[in-house]
Amino acid sequence: MAGKTNGNLTFWGWRRENGRVGVRNHVIILPLDDLSNAACEAVANNIKGTMALPHAYGRLQFGADLELHFRTLIGIGSNPNVAAVVVIGIEEGWTNRVVEGIAKTGKPVVGFGIELHGDINTIMRASYEAKKLVQWASELKREECHISELWVSTKCGESDTTTGLGSCPTVGNMYDKLIPQGIYGVFGETSEITGAEHICKARAATPEIGEKFYRVWKAYQEEVIEAHKTDDLSESQPTKGNIAGGLTTIEEKALGNLEKIGKTCRYIDVLEPAETPSKGPGLYFMDTSSAAAECVTLMAAAGFTVHTFPTGQGNVIGNPILPVIKITANPRTVRTMQEHIDLDVSGILRREQTIDQAGDALIDMIIRTANGRLTCAEILGHREFVMTKLYRSA
Amino acid sequence: MSKIPHFLVHSPKDNVGVVVVEGLKAGTHMFGVITENDTTTELVAKHDIPIGHKVALKELKAGDTVIKYGEDIGRMIADVKPGEHVHVHNLKTKRW
Repeated sequence: MAGKTNGNLTFWGWRRENGRVGVRNHVIILPLDDLSNAACEAVANNIKGTMALPHAYGRLQFGADLELHFRTLIGIGSNPNVAAVVVIGIEEGWTNRVVEGIAKTGKPVVGFGIELHGDINTIMRASYEAKKLVQWASELKREECHISELWVSTKCGESDTTTGLGSCPTVGNMYDKLIPQGIYGVFGETSEITGAEHICKARAATPEIGEKFYRVWKAYQEEVIEAHKTDDLSESQPTKGNIAGGLTTIEEKALGNLEKIGKTCRYIDVLEPAETPSKGPGLYFMDTSSAAAECVTLMAAAGFTVHTFPTGQGNVIGNPILPVIKITANPRTVRTMQEHIDLDVSGILRREQTIDQAGDALIDMIIRTANGRLTCAEILGHREFVMTKLYRSA
Repeated sequence: MSKIPHFLVHSPKDNVGVVVVEGLKAGTHMFGVITENDTTTELVAKHDIPIGHKVALKELKAGDTVIKYGEDIGRMIADVKPGEHVHVHNLKTKRW
């Protein structure tokens, strides 16, 4: 069992060309745009050991929305859980922009434009390259790495009151133990901080960082909520699932949510969606939606390699490249949705398990997952890859 | 830790607790634990309350602030007595 005083925690990962360490060894077939999904899926069907990441966007986007699209695609390809990448786009210009972005990591990446070739010829050429990359990746070896080389993200979903009592404090306890060991951590969910924004602001490492958070949160209230609401958010926040689980107000939900950042660690910067942390090891806040697949995709694009996901009523989300560990304290969810739950901490509600013990159990599960244990979401084929869209395309 | 609690309370400041057992029936003599200081408390349930839902720890009047985690989570829009169910029918955010 991983104890909080144990400074010698290690895991076995793949060290990539840029020095970062991954816990998965995926070869991905990445579409630039919605039009290229079919070709990517055909290549993934031809070449076993690859995975296509279909998504809905990439045409006629502009400005900050287009920048986010590129940042997300390049970030996913650059993530150390990915060994090599084949990019396919409708044309070569933007395709090469993604290829060049990923190539900065030093990992193998090739790109194909469909125009002037058609799907079938593109699929054939991309399949030959993908076959070589899979064979190359299959011979890469894991090496033993210190825990500080892990990047652990968090976001909760289908929360209920047991989340705030058990599964979120478990994640918080893990961060309180592992952040001092030198890991990178990230939390987000700008909208779901609402009601606890004063507490979140106070948890920044400095007043300036707290102000930066508060500006991001305020901008969300003004630019998204006030600009688009038709009545109030009480039909969406809390969600129907949250309410069924006993949560009544957004404040109550937010206070439970923030339990994920523990008691002692403080966030050291505020990240744009999908932005890679640049201030060194520590906890970060990322401006994200609270929709699970969008948020986890942004964290994967920022370079995080293991995700911890507390749930109450039982969210089933996964991600193609980022293993998502599900934690619940709700005994009914453990019973009715057992195939989705990686870590049962319902003993906390029965007072049979302390938060400290649950935190240790989570650290143990993170290391097992990093070492190769497949998560429930991976086994069940949950590969939700959802791009965040800031506004309508041109 | 020998006794399994029927409800948990985050902070001694709270005026609501959370039912943590399934199938709780009205009339149950409940055992509760305040997690922040590990003290125990008792209360009789006045309603059937589903797991995860809140129970009033004291009498609350419409307009009163509901405290959980030691923080304001909204206001009552109806009166409740100790042991009664607190949820969307009698508690609302002050925000919207």
